[in-house]
Amino acid sequence: MPIKENTNKNRTMRKIDPLQSLNSWDKKSRHQTIEHIIHGIFLLLGLIAVGCVLVITVYLVISGIPAIREIGLFDFLFGEEWASTAAEARYGILPFILTSIYGTLGAIVIGVPIGFMTAVYLSKLASPRVKSVMQSAVSMLAGIPSVVYGLVGMLVLVPGIRKVFDVPDGASLLAAIVVLAIMILPSIIKMSVTALDAVPKEYEDASFALGATPIETYFKVSVPAAKSGIAAAVVLGVGRAIGEAMAVMMVAGNVPNMPDSLFQSVRFLTTAVASEMAYSSGLQQQALFSIALVLFFFIMLINAALNFLLKREKE
Amino acid sequence: MLNQSLSKKRKGFELLMRTLMIASAILTAVLVVFLLVYVLLEGVPNITWELLSGKPSYLTERIGILPDIVNTIYIVLATMLIVLPLGVGAAIYLTEYASDRKIVGMIEYAAETLSGIPSIIYGLVGMLLFSNSMGTCLMAGALTLVIMNLPTIMRTTQESLKTVPQSYREGAFGLGAGKWRVIRTVVLPGCVDGIVTGCILSVGRILGESAALLFTAGFAHALNGLINGLASPGATLTVALYVYAKEQGEFGVAFAIAAILMILTVLINFAATFVQSHYTKRRRV
Amino acid sequence: MKKMIAMVMLAVMAMFALAGCGGGGKTVGSVSTDGSTSMEKVIGALGESFQNETGIRFTYNPTGSGSGIKAVQEGRCDIGLSSRELKKSEQDRGLKATVLAYDGIAVIVNPNNPVSDLGLEKVAQIYRGEITNWSQLGGSNAEIVLIGREAGSGTRDGFESITNTKDGCKYRQELTSTGDVITTVAQNPNAIGYASVASVKDSVKALTINGIAANEANIKDGSYVVQRPFVLVTKGDVKLTEGAQKFFDYITSSAAHGIISAAGVVPAN
Repeated sequence: MPIKENTNKNRTMRKIDPLQSLNSWDKKSRHQTIEHIIHGIFLLLGLIAVGCVLVITVYLVISGIPAIREIGLFDFLFGEEWASTAAEARYGILPFILTSIYGTLGAIVIGVPIGFMTAVYLSKLASPRVKSVMQSAVSMLAGIPSVVYGLVGMLVLVPGIRKVFDVPDGASLLAAIVVLAIMILPSIIKMSVTALDAVPKEYEDASFALGATPIETYFKVSVPAAKSGIAAAVVLGVGRAIGEAMAVMMVAGNVPNMPDSLFQSVRFLTTAVASEMAYSSGLQQQALFSIALVLFFFIMLINAALNFLLKREKE
Repeated sequence: MLNQSLSKKRKGFELLMRTLMIASAILTAVLVVFLLVYVLLEGVPNITWELLSGKPSYLTERIGILPDIVNTIYIVLATMLIVLPLGVGAAIYLTEYASDRKIVGMIEYAAETLSGIPSIIYGLVGMLLFSNSMGTCLMAGALTLVIMNLPTIMRTTQESLKTVPQSYREGAFGLGAGKWRVIRTVVLPGCVDGIVTGCILSVGRILGESAALLFTAGFAHALNGLINGLASPGATLTVALYVYAKEQGEFGVAFAIAAILMILTVLINFAATFVQSHYTKRRRV
Repeated sequence: MKKMIAMVMLAVMAMFALAGCGGGGKTVGSVSTDGSTSMEKVIGALGESFQNETGIRFTYNPTGSGSGIKAVQEGRCDIGLSSRELKKSEQDRGLKATVLAYDGIAVIVNPNNPVSDLGLEKVAQIYRGEITNWSQLGGSNAEIVLIGREAGSGTRDGFESITNTKDGCKYRQELTSTGDVITTVAQNPNAIGYASVASVKDSVKALTINGIAANEANIKDGSYVVQRPFVLVTKGDVKLTEGAQKFFDYITSSAAHGIISAAGVVPAN
């Protein structure tokens, strides 16, 4: 970080030629110098944001690579067994990758239809009063700390799953999926409503004039018109779900099993990092950094998809 | 009206979609109400003055969350103090100064990327960057949160900077003011609402954050002064909630904290809406 | 210009804060401990009474045995807390272990579970996955749900080495703390778990092992076999700071016995 700042400073200083500003030190150019300096400061502040991303990326790559090198990329990514503290340690993260993917998919399968339908209702059918009440309720849902979701999940959902499905233990992939589905609802609803609200009234009017019913119009005209926005909402939800750690850690059981069934106790990429980080050392710790790198890679893919969709939405 | 002329298939579609929509909306509403009522019912009875005003003691086995409240305030203050100038400055650069599209694009892309990174990764990098060099302490947590909240402050400020009419700036330039003077006297006062909204959102995010703080700020429950407090490990309310629920099985305390956090969340949401509508009204006038 | 000065001031202030952070754990008038979550109760009580008596600042960061040992090794704390013996590799790095107390590891089940005594070998068989149903042990016909701790936990290490199940346990859940294990077992009628005797609450039932209950007398004379030491870890070659030395002397003196016993563990000397 300090190194980065220094280079930034150099870059901004170059713009002001010190000799020139000394030679013509009248009031006007002094004024200009101040303007230049202030310009430089603001540029520096802007570049710090870029610096943060660079630092995070560089740090993750630097600390994530050694373990992958030592373990071997293939064994690391496709190894089916994780036993980091065993006498013969094994570092295969396929169970975590699959769990994260299944968990996210599951959350999307449950959360997206509910969120999408709610969004269409709020945007098109609901009265202004209902809409505003529901929208603040949804913001409320978005603002609840994830540990609160975890707490309620741990005390209500986990015993509930055990009783309803008559399984030995309720801490499972399913519990994590349900918690994640609820947690991604707000972002899906909010973004979809924004996209649906932005559909030009003329489209719908034209559809009405052709004899379509309101519902037909909303689903066959408005929704397709807002599809990139809705897709972006889904992608945002994917990002949320794959990155959540604390709530999932409280309900998923945390055993590094392959996710063969919904009722298995599983560990996600995020929880793998969170649950072992505190006491890890040596290769184990480096392997955890490598897991974070894999997670970061997923997030970058999702970000790229999101950017692409949002750009298309603007056009 | 038109219904008589509809075919069976169209009627079916109509009915199905309407039912699905209303059912989903009701489900969402029920979920919110359930969460709110459940947490408040379990939590509020446990909020006692003793809990709020004391610090935990192993000798007398009593639990108090005053240190956690104080730590939360410290970390919010420290984070906001650093992130505000950074975020507002970056936003001003982007909207007022930047002419190089490449740099603007780069900074905006960086900000977007930052806002998509999960907090556990912030926690990990924060641990490597800050905690390893200065120990696990509130300041390390605050610096991690600075990186996390930078995009929020930048985006909200930028959005409201864009709403300051171009004619204001031109008017001020026309009167012979320099760029910095225009920004200071015309542009900044016009975007206070964006900055305030950004602050409120960031405070909300800091209050709810746990994964990024566990490894950077630690989870001690000591009661300290500001400087000492920032230099020593400490749990914020959310981290304390996690510790009490997970590590110690003290669900009464956990729910009490959860209820406090819920109430704060509601207040923050109201504040954000209020600020937005207040300024929108004023601008329309 | 004023704003610029303000900026610079802010940067300087931030620097000071950072510098302050670094020095936090090392001042003379303080002692910092880091490690085992099982030792939270005993070390918390000791630290509190020490702080009350001497005014020296005491901090404890409950992270886990492995983490505490690492922290003292890297100089991030004065005294590391471990609920297992040091490994050979750790002793080779110059770390010194002093046993503070002995703690029983209780094997716990739900209070509604009819089983109340198990042999040590039966416990091992359960955890290895050789016995999977409570009916095989005289209980109801239900699958046994194995609750354990995360890799790196001192409790897990102690339990697995005593029952000889190292790396062979078929856990259903790996939880990251003592309280969590107790909560989970209290909620699930078919669960079995293990936790520090000191932390066991009424919400769960502690089994007798080979007919011997996990109480202070039995732990002291060694007849309750599932027990492990609570260890203070220090750097052998580096002298403790004044505050840390005082704390070390205080908790290993006989004056601390009362507090240690009250916390549910057995003083070592």
